[in-house]
Amino acid sequence: MMSEPSVATLQATAPASDSGAWAGVRWALARDLKLALRSRAELGVQLLFYVIVVSLFPLASTPEKNQLALMGPGVLWVAALLASLLSLPRLFASDHADGTLEQMALSPYPLPALVSGKMIAHWLTTGLPVVILAPVLGLQYGIDGEAMTALAAALLIGTPILSLLGAIGAALTLGLRGGGSLLALLVLPLCVPVLIFGAGTVDAVHAGLGVTANLSLLGAGLLVAIVGAPLAASAAVRIALD
Amino acid sequence: MNFFRYSSPSTFYPLAGKLIPWFGWSALLLAIVGLWIGFGLAPTDFQQGEAYRIIFIHVATAWMSMFIYVVMAFWSALSLGFNTRLSGMMAQALAPTGALMTFIALWTGALWGRPTWGTYWAWDARMTSELILLFLYFGVIALRNAIDDDRRADRACGVLALVGVVNIPIIYFSVQWWNTLHQGSSVSMVAAPKMATIMLAGMLVMAIAVWFYSIMAALMRVRCIILERERGAAWTGQLTQPGTI
Repeated sequence: MMSEPSVATLQATAPASDSGAWAGVRWALARDLKLALRSRAELGVQLLFYVIVVSLFPLASTPEKNQLALMGPGVLWVAALLASLLSLPRLFASDHADGTLEQMALSPYPLPALVSGKMIAHWLTTGLPVVILAPVLGLQYGIDGEAMTALAAALLIGTPILSLLGAIGAALTLGLRGGGSLLALLVLPLCVPVLIFGAGTVDAVHAGLGVTANLSLLGAGLLVAIVGAPLAASAAVRIALD
Repeated sequence: MNFFRYSSPSTFYPLAGKLIPWFGWSALLLAIVGLWIGFGLAPTDFQQGEAYRIIFIHVATAWMSMFIYVVMAFWSALSLGFNTRLSGMMAQALAPTGALMTFIALWTGALWGRPTWGTYWAWDARMTSELILLFLYFGVIALRNAIDDDRRADRACGVLALVGVVNIPIIYFSVQWWNTLHQGSSVSMVAAPKMATIMLAGMLVMAIAVWFYSIMAALMRVRCIILERERGAAWTGQLTQPGTI
């Protein structure tokens, strides 16, 4: 059995006042990162899933180079979305099962801060590796320099939104029947604008329009999600704990 | 009279029962008038021929599909904010009607698109957004079905509806943002309409008819939900006695 950073430490180190939002974010982030790094195999499997999904599309459609370059950005985005979705159920489920989540809700740290920490940890362990791997996989699709830079930038801004929105769905479906597929039904439609603007970035490059508009829209979405998603997700966590 | 009197299921139940015939018959009457204007009086469009007449149903349901989501989010916000029972029930009652309106809008849009654009479906921004709206309705309904506890379902669906309502402005402004195959709005609040007055009249009458139908359907459904959830309460037991509503 692996030893988790105990809940007792949380209660012992938490400040008495409500001013500890940043400390709460840091605590949850460090804890979830530590847990993730102790199950590296699981992280590896998720990345492999991403790589395999991306590699399947040419096999299922065509190895023809021009067509691959056209559909490549979309494939990379959809695969990133699925990889993010795949790891979402774990975000709260194990903490919910062993009662840790309840102790978090009772702790002096604000719950949105703790949830934010978990969201950041989710992005660092699933979103960031996807962004780093994207240029390599882009080569398989013949996506060249400028387009690849734009795609990577879009993924860098867009994948945190997927983690933020996904956390809301993960919290809403805590402990429900058919949690996984229900989670997909709730989260995927909400992610569509991210997908459109993200994959559209490469089209903008090809059309000579420049990437500023798409990246700005993604950035705006990210800012809105950063403000709104932790509040919505922590409200959902409290509903699930009732 | 205190308006909040009707925020309790036991007082709202008879009120809804009294309102249903009014909205139902008005909806039927307006639908007959609207369809008569649309299919009888309105002239044939010189570009689109007779096929354009489906807009009298399409536009009304498309408006309604978006509007119902906003109303659902409004009741969800009330339910979350004030923890009132009836608000959650209203949100629950509106979701299936909203999904139906979205489906009709998509279906009639496809039937209209075939003769006019030459294709049933195009990945145009507004159509895609409407499809996403349908998925959002399905998500709310599915989440509701997955949760056994009614109060938890109310609040969870409330959070989801409020998050989803962000999608409504995207639908509305998508025409300007992406500006693809779908024609721009012909009806606007600020500019003069770009269509014949008789067509506009037919469309508005149909919109009100669909509106009244939706209110009627939601009220009928909320009455069932009230009975189901309040089956243990004393006042529902008295309903089976003769002479009550």
